[in-house]
This record gives sequence, structure tokens and C-alpha cells, in this order.
Amino acid sequence: MDWNLIFTRAIEAGIGTEAVIYALAAIGLNIHFGYTGLLNFGQAGFLAVGAYGLATMIATFGMPFWVGIATGLLGAVVFALLLGIPTLRLRADYLAIVTIAAAEIVRLVVRSVALRDTFGGTDGLEAFSDDFYAMNPYSPGEYGIGPIGFDHRTMWVLTVGWVLVALACVLVYLVMNSPWGRVLKAIREDEDAVRSLGKNVFAYKMQALVFGGVVGALGGFLFALSRAATQPDLFSTEITFFAYTVLILGGAARVLGPVVGAAIFWLLLILVKTGMEEAVNNHVITFINVNQVGSINYMLVGVGLILLLIYRPQGIFGDKREIALDAR
Amino acid sequence: MHADAVTTRKAAALAAFEGLPTEPGTPKPDPILVIDKVVRRFGGLTAVDVEHLEIQRGAITALIGPNGAGKTTFFNQLTGFDSADEGSWTFNGKQLKGVPAHRVARQGMVRTFQLTKALSRLTVMENMRLGAQSQRGENFFRALIPGIWRGQENEITERAEELLERFKLAAKRDDFAGSLSGGQRKLLEMARALMVGPELVMLDEPMAGVNPALTQSLLGHVKDLREEGMTVLFVEHDMDMVRDISDWVVVMAQGAVIAEGPPDTIMSDPRVVDAYLGAHHDAPLSAEETEEQLQDAEAELESEIEEKA
Repeated sequence: MDWNLIFTRAIEAGIGTEAVIYALAAIGLNIHFGYTGLLNFGQAGFLAVGAYGLATMIATFGMPFWVGIATGLLGAVVFALLLGIPTLRLRADYLAIVTIAAAEIVRLVVRSVALRDTFGGTDGLEAFSDDFYAMNPYSPGEYGIGPIGFDHRTMWVLTVGWVLVALACVLVYLVMNSPWGRVLKAIREDEDAVRSLGKNVFAYKMQALVFGGVVGALGGFLFALSRAATQPDLFSTEITFFAYTVLILGGAARVLGPVVGAAIFWLLLILVKTGMEEAVNNHVITFINVNQVGSINYMLVGVGLILLLIYRPQGIFGDKREIALDAR
Repeated sequence: MHADAVTTRKAAALAAFEGLPTEPGTPKPDPILVIDKVVRRFGGLTAVDVEHLEIQRGAITALIGPNGAGKTTFFNQLTGFDSADEGSWTFNGKQLKGVPAHRVARQGMVRTFQLTKALSRLTVMENMRLGAQSQRGENFFRALIPGIWRGQENEITERAEELLERFKLAAKRDDFAGSLSGGQRKLLEMARALMVGPELVMLDEPMAGVNPALTQSLLGHVKDLREEGMTVLFVEHDMDMVRDISDWVVVMAQGAVIAEGPPDTIMSDPRVVDAYLGAHHDAPLSAEETEEQLQDAEAELESEIEEKA
């Protein structure tokens, strides 16, 4: 068993592109679910809108990079408005149903045969990331400390990614410690009480949905750029559920919860996966083969999430006192 | 000095009601809220059907009635939490039909709830601050720059502290509202409503679920609202409380206002007695009536069977 390889891979995953993408997705969800209590089960849709807004503008319409970014952000805002207008007046569970369906609609639209010329069908789009990598200040080569390292392209994605995560965290910290954030948290507790105090609940929920959606779209940009390609089936509901796992693991309604959650989630996921692969290859585990490791890994994620909810529902940063209040 | 003021307000309120007839819809000398033909139906059931009602400014008015009389539905309609099928009502002369709940509150008509809505995972102080109106920091972009709203926030905090002191919640300032007892939550809800700066305070069963030891203190706070020049309209079941603090009582039954009057005489009004004790409705069925009902039901069943065949 090559323990060195196992830990190197795990740590790389904990600070790597997946961790960044899920951190952004979960920061967005934290704004929706953690602070405002909106059950958004369509975060994958926001990532898809961001990724495809960027990719389509550049690859299909030959627009400059920044037009692509602007389109992705604007797309997320419009998507949030479309979702919010019919559902935010309804009870929370309806939003969950509508958002999960809307995210699937986005995925099915971009993979449709009829729009193949625009979105590239199931093959998706590529050749839109040249401008992004042209801005790369890292010269070609490997960068790292000891065995942990990334190539120059990944370094550039990670630099941009962690800066975006930091910016998003600062923004979330500022607004959630302001009267604006107080209204959101109050809406999470009881909408009618907030209404009775003269606040326009609908407008605040919409703002929260847009804000969290835009942060999710940033994750979508990085998802597309890090792969230099985007395919519709990357944006299945799995992203949303992983993002929820990340959020609950880190602790909902905590600024750094989603960030630490994402890092730990990917670290553990790859640690267990590489560990099992190594064990199978070295005949330590003999009753499964390497191809089965992936599926078993996801089963373990499920078990882990259940255990987390039972034994530490407040997550890493949460306050047990707060969770206990719900029981009353 | 204070005691004088108390008696003046109370006396002024009572003087305003002096000699008014006890018919439903009696015009008041200075109404703050005027309601006309408000109707709410849930399918075939008419939950509220109020012909005319005026609420006197600066007084404490109680809204009583047996269970299912439509008091809470009526309350919800007036405050914009439920829509009205028909009718109109004005607050300070401004039309309120179709106005959403948050705008109703901004105009100075603030309500509390029967099932207390303390915002559990916010501290008592945050609950209070939320009540303040026109906060600069409640705009997303201004929220990003604390310098813009910090000053106002401090003023709000000061005002909240005064109110918490008055409602004996100052020690709980930094506790989660969810950790308060039922009675303390009622107090918090009332104090929070005052942060809005209301003219008319609408209390939906302020005494429900409150420990008797706290009742007196709550009563005192309700009376204080009138002394500060606010108008109070409250729903309540506890007749002792109604007699103690209200200046005028409105009685609802089966969705309609059936009587109004001063608290010490209203309960002997025959219409009210009927509504509460059901003089006409709850008399046991006679043998003939039972037989008749049975036949009716059978005939109905037979006709249904024939239709299907």
C-alpha cells in the first residue's frame, strides 16, 4: 500500500478544483438554505447556467471572454427571477420541487438535439477557455510543496477559484452581519412574523435567491474552465446533493461552513477511494475489484451523511444550542 | 402626575363610548379603523361577514366570540394576511383592501399572533432590532458598507434596550428567543411590535398559554399602550381579562358582529348569551325531528341509487 500516494491525492483533492467548485456551489446554497431557509434543490441549474452562459457566448457566438462571464452572471440572475416569481410566494416545499425540476430542464435543454448547434448536444462545448488560460501568470511547469503539486493550468484555476471563494465569504460575512442579513435569518425562522413587522418578504427572498444563484454560477464558470469543456450531464442533480452534503458537513448558516465542508468532503472522498483502490491492487481487500470501488465509495458518502445528521446535525462550525431550539 | 395621565386617557376613552347604542356597527366619535361589508368564504362556508364596524381611536377594544366565530380570520383579513372576498376597510382614512401585510404594518397597524412567532434562532435583541422601520442597512448594497448603517443601528439598539427594560427582558438580551418561556415570548412579541412604532396594535389572544403570574404584567403592558396614545384591538377568550382592561367590546358569532357594548354589561346582552350558550341551536332533538331527519336521509339515498341505475 502506497500511503504516500493516498494522502497526496487526498490533500490535492481537498484544495483542488472540485473543492473550489463545491465550495462556491455550497456558499450559494448557504445563502439560500442556511440563512434564508429557501429549499433550493436546483443549485446544479445555477452552475449549468453559469458554465453554459460562458461557453456558449465564446464557443458558439465567438464573443470575448468577459462577455461570456457577463452572460453567465446575467443568466443566473434571470434564472433566479424565473424560479422565484412563481414559487417564492408559496410554501418552502414547493420551491424544492420547482427548483429540482428547473435544474433538470436546464440540463435537458442544453443537451437537446434541436439546440445542438448552439449548446453542442450531449458532447457539450469546448474551445472557450483559451482567453482564460492566456491570462495565466504561471509559466508552464509543476508547482507544489513536496509530493503535493499541480500543473500551471490547475494552479491558475485554483488561484482564481480560491480568490473567488474568499471574496464570496467576505461578501457573505458583510451582508449577513447587517440588517439585510438579519431580515433573511428572520424569514428563515418565520415569514409571517417578518411580514407583520413591515418587511417585504418576497423581495428579500428574491434577493437571496439571486445572490446565492450568482455565487453558484461562479462555481459553474470554474467547472467549465477547469475542464476546458462543458457537458450537460456534468450538471445532474448529484451536484446539488453533494453541495448539500458539503454545507451540512461544514455547518449551515456559518460563513466558513461551506468552504471547510467542501475541503473535508473531497479530502475524505478521495482518501477513501484511493485507499480502497490501493488496498484492492495490493490484495489487502480481495472480495471486490477496482471497478467496484467507485460505487462503494458513493455508498459510503451516503452512510457518512446519515451518521453526520444523527451525531452532528449542526456540522463542524454549527452551534448545538441552535439546533436544539428547533425541537421545541 | 403619571397617575393623573392614566385616569385621563382611560376617562377619555370611556367618555367617547358614553351613551353609544349597543347595536352592531355603531358609529364612533373618532374611528381609526372603519370596516364595511367584509366577507370571507372558504368554499361553502362563510367565515366572516361583517356589515359595518368602527374602532375608536385611543381606546382598548376587545373582540370576543365563541370558538369558530371568525375572529382570527377577520384579524388576518384586516392585517393583509388573508384576502377578503368582498368589502373594504380604511385605516386613518386610507383604503387597505388588497394592501399586502408588510405595507399594512408600515402604515402603523401592527399585529401579533395567537401562536407566538418569536424568531427562535435570533437573539432577543435581534428580534427587537428587526422591528425598526426604514433601516438603511436593509438594502443589500448599503448593507455591504457598515459605516452607512452603524449609526442608525446604535439608535435602534438604544430604543430596543429601553423597551426590553420596560418589558423586563433586558437580562435576556443576548439569549436566543427560542430559549424564552411562553409568557416571555408573548412579551417579546409585543415589545417587537412596538419597535415598529404602531398607531394601532392588534393582539391575537395575548393571554393564550401565559402563566397566570405573568398575566397581570401583560395586562399592565396592554394598558400602557393606551396611555401612550396607541389604539389596541385584541382577540381574547378570557372574560376576566376583557372586563379588566377593555373600554369597549365587540362580539362576533358565526362570522358576523352580533353586538357591541361596554364590558360590564355586554355579557348580559341576550344576543351574546345566545351566541355563547346556543339557546336556539343546541337544544336536544325531539323524537319527531329525529324520525324526520332519518326519513330525509333515506329518501336522499334512494334517489341517488336510482340515478346511478
